[in-house]
Amino acid sequence: MSGLEISGIRVRFGHAEVLRGIDCRVAAGETVVLFGPSGAGKTTLLRAIAGVEPAASGVVRIDGREVQDLEPEHRPLGMAFQNFSLYPHLSAYENIASPLRARRLRTPEIEIKVRRVADLLRIDHVLGHLPRELSNGQKQRTALARALVAEPPVLLLDDPLRNVDAKLRYEMRLELPPLLRKTGAAVIFVTQDFREAMALADRVVVLREGAVLQDAPAEEVYGAPASVPVAQLFGDPPMNLLSARLVQEDNRVRAEAAGMAPGFPDLDITRMEAPLLGVRPEDVLLASPATGGAHAEILAVTPLHERCVLLLRAADGTELVASMAGAAPDPGTFVSIAGARHAVLFDPASGRRLAISDARTEVVA
Amino acid sequence: MREPITRILRGSALALILLFFLFPILWILLMSFQTNADILRIPPRLGFTPTLSNYVALLSGKLATSSGTLDITFLRNLGNSLLLSVASVAASLVLGVPAAYAFARYRFRLGESIAFTLLSFRFAPPLLVLLPLSLYFQILGLTDTYGGLIWVYQLITLPLILWIVRGYFEDASPDIEHAYRVDGHSWWRTFTRIAVPLARPGIAAAGLLAFIFAWNNFVFALVLASADKQPVTVGALAFVTAAGIQYGQIAAAIVLSILPTLALALYAQRWLVEGLSLGAVKG
Repeated sequence: MSGLEISGIRVRFGHAEVLRGIDCRVAAGETVVLFGPSGAGKTTLLRAIAGVEPAASGVVRIDGREVQDLEPEHRPLGMAFQNFSLYPHLSAYENIASPLRARRLRTPEIEIKVRRVADLLRIDHVLGHLPRELSNGQKQRTALARALVAEPPVLLLDDPLRNVDAKLRYEMRLELPPLLRKTGAAVIFVTQDFREAMALADRVVVLREGAVLQDAPAEEVYGAPASVPVAQLFGDPPMNLLSARLVQEDNRVRAEAAGMAPGFPDLDITRMEAPLLGVRPEDVLLASPATGGAHAEILAVTPLHERCVLLLRAADGTELVASMAGAAPDPGTFVSIAGARHAVLFDPASGRRLAISDARTEVVA
Repeated sequence: MREPITRILRGSALALILLFFLFPILWILLMSFQTNADILRIPPRLGFTPTLSNYVALLSGKLATSSGTLDITFLRNLGNSLLLSVASVAASLVLGVPAAYAFARYRFRLGESIAFTLLSFRFAPPLLVLLPLSLYFQILGLTDTYGGLIWVYQLITLPLILWIVRGYFEDASPDIEHAYRVDGHSWWRTFTRIAVPLARPGIAAAGLLAFIFAWNNFVFALVLASADKQPVTVGALAFVTAAGIQYGQIAAAIVLSILPTLALALYAQRWLVEGLSLGAVKG
């Protein structure tokens, strides 16, 4: 298989197991986003793949060849470090040229390649500068250029947009996917930002406490989180997790909570103590109180881009978050919860996903 | 802006401290241009006729005393000091910088114990080891050789360089070196092209300090070498003559022997001041 394939990657620091056997495949030309909270082991996994983590064990294959026993300089990959890790005593040009010099390319060839990648990332005007003379955005792009310049078959990008300002981050989110696709490399992109994951990923791998929680396309991770922790991590504001009551109907089961009662046709259990109903804030259907439905008090309002986020207290006392387009209503007033557009049911004991709601909009009469 | 009174107080405090530390050196400088008679006059006078006779005596190697002319080997001593200090520091850098890197970057069995043992050489009083050492030196034929002295000088210079440079290596982010390895460079190139250049201010500081310590050493050369291998510190004993102590020549000798360290300190200053990490890592 061309691309990157890892299996059974473990890292242990003393008694702490930081990675507990990670398996993952990234095809050539594919971008996999490694998503997870701080301390999940994302950076450690990249370091293990790059060969700069001495405590790592497991198998790393690049284009079918096992490389886990090779020194880092013999592994065909490029890496952009989260803290940039530019060489402070070398100019941006020499920083970018470093992988080419290591491959003993001739000077004119190096010049051409460095200029090309610098043009692409729009840092051609600062090539003569030392790293300390660059802005954070320029440092970040220099680090990215250094990872890209030798066109390695595997690219490891460790949260490269974390230290850049919001405007540049937005631009890079738009520019990076076509750029990465053009390289044809197998890309692992680390981030803690679910929007970045949605924007960049062909597939998302959710990592927590050194273990993979879910490995699926971004839409699936968002719409059908494999477990409660994934639902809590992926999304901002996070998914509502409400304690629900199961109601048996003719050919399906409904889960009722906070005025919503989505149906789950595939659910084969009918009795369970308080399963958790997961509903994304934007999937909470709101209506004006006059239309009936379950009334909920608006406790707080956060305007967010084109939408606003409401903290609600439903009639049964549960608090939940909803988001809506349009003008923000006043706190203290009431809305009506009309149903859920889409919902997920979780087992409260194991945290695992039980079922996904059917497509029909459920409105409680 | 601060009130003028605090500035005046701060200025005078600084002047006082400078005076306290620099006065002996200034006094020695003045002494080196006086004859013994002027120096020993009571009460001392600031007004005197400057003379270069002390320097002439040192440089010509002929010391005229009331009891005849003595040969002095000051220039040779100065040359010995230079040779011993430079060679010791060079040897310590070649041995100590890679060792410091290993101690900073790798955890290995007995690593800390070895590093601490090397440091502990600095705790032991030199006189304690000198007697057995001089016996061993006789057996090994190292007595009164430059090689033997440079070897013993490693007791002074190697721990200093090892521990100071180790700190600088530890302060530098290992990720910068990892990035260079991932670029495709070997361990050795990473060490020479990235680690050492980044630790250069530390290496310069440690080298300078080690040089000064080696230069000022007295007791090793006194015991382990004879006159023609001895540095200025020991050579200055020659000015304690049968006809009295030659204060003028001693002062001139001190002035001349300060010059190399002073020059080195001034030269190395710009490396010392230069920032270590140069804003490579975020922050």
